Amino acid sequence: MAPKVQVQTTINNEPVQFLCEPRQTLLECLRDVVGLTGTKEGCGDGNCGSCTVKLGDRIVTSCLVLGVEAEGETITTVEGLAHGNTLHPLQKAFLEHAALQCGICTPGFLIAADALLQQHPHPTEDQTRFWLSNNLCRCTGYDKIIRAVQAAAVEINGAPQ
Amino acid sequence: MKAFDYTAPVTLPEAVGLLVSQPSARLLAGGTDLIVQLRSGRKEADLVIDIKKIPELNALEFDPLAGLTIGAAVPCYRLTSHPVIQSHFPALAEVASWIGGTQIQGRASLGGNLCNAAPSADSIPLLIALGASALIAGPGGRRTVAIEDFCTAPGRNQLATGELLVSMKIPAPALQSGSSYLRFIPRNEMDIAVVGAGVSVSIAGGVFTAARIALSAVAPTPLFVPAAGAALVGQAVSPAALEAAAQIAQSAATPISDMRGSAAYRKHLCAVMTRRALEIAVTRAQEN
Repeated sequence: MAPKVQVQTTINNEPVQFLCEPRQTLLECLRDVVGLTGTKEGCGDGNCGSCTVKLGDRIVTSCLVLGVEAEGETITTVEGLAHGNTLHPLQKAFLEHAALQCGICTPGFLIAADALLQQHPHPTEDQTRFWLSNNLCRCTGYDKIIRAVQAAAVEINGAPQ
Repeated sequence: MKAFDYTAPVTLPEAVGLLVSQPSARLLAGGTDLIVQLRSGRKEADLVIDIKKIPELNALEFDPLAGLTIGAAVPCYRLTSHPVIQSHFPALAEVASWIGGTQIQGRASLGGNLCNAAPSADSIPLLIALGASALIAGPGGRRTVAIEDFCTAPGRNQLATGELLVSMKIPAPALQSGSSYLRFIPRNEMDIAVVGAGVSVSIAGGVFTAARIALSAVAPTPLFVPAAGAALVGQAVSPAALEAAAQIAQSAATPISDMRGSAAYRKHLCAVMTRRALEIAVTRAQEN
């Protein structure tokens, strides 16, 4: 076993230090070391997007990032979206539009959609579907997710001009 | 995943030294191929060398004379959002937005796409069409290889022991030039090309002055077809000229049959995708 490495990060606006082996993915570190189990493992090879987190200024599948690579990085997980007991507008919209059933894909969709709305305040349906193409959902058929994201866009950024 | 050591050198000589002393080490840029391969056991590593802390490998610079330099570790999302790439190399911005999905583009690099040397790699035909070259560093110094010579077999490339890819260089676009990459996939995103065609053309007074055409997923390596481009040079821009070039590209292809398509189907697609890619490149050239 390779010696463990100390990694210093900022997760959901809190400084977080953790110890990990180089072979451990960021996903494993978040769930099993830091204890943030909101981020889910689906496929483990970057196809399904369940483990999506924000890393610095972009989103990544945390199953394809080594924990040691997170040194000095800023990470946002689904736990960082709500403010206390107040849900993020995307979370509210997902509930209101029934945009989830089993829920495994939801944390990844929420983080990916949040990044979308930061880049495109009023994404078209095409933009939304293309942006979210790295997130798989086997329950909803996607339409409800797309509608929820577009409703949240209006909630956050107002009606498009 | 089997245990390995991890190191992140901050200079090229350091990285080369590590590769020389531990030839079984694996280089990590975006990890979207490597981590999957390590986890599945298809590849093994005692040492993973993260190259993202080396400034030269993160460079993304455009000079009107020297052209575009893309550091080997630059992730796709930096290309899709780069204003100079969007204006001067729109086909490159497009291809970077088609490799994997948004999350993959947050990590995956064109350098990795090139070194992974998949026959179906989306960025390689376009890099060939754009006349790009690969800058390689190793224990013997530096050398430059044309992109069309970089891949040697599926998953194999030109890099010798101790060598690594530093960057890719693309010449500045000529006046009235345009490029395009198109791929055929059964869905609209997150898929591997059945056939891809990368093309670039230069036009003066309605006549082709230069053209380069390359294909993906129809040969053991991305396939440069110099004769297809040469057939355009000196010809007036016309549907017949494009079709003739597309037919030459098609005849150079030696595809296999697999789950993504039969050899005959791929052959057919070669001409279709080349012609369509040429139409887009011509339109872009006429707008420039």
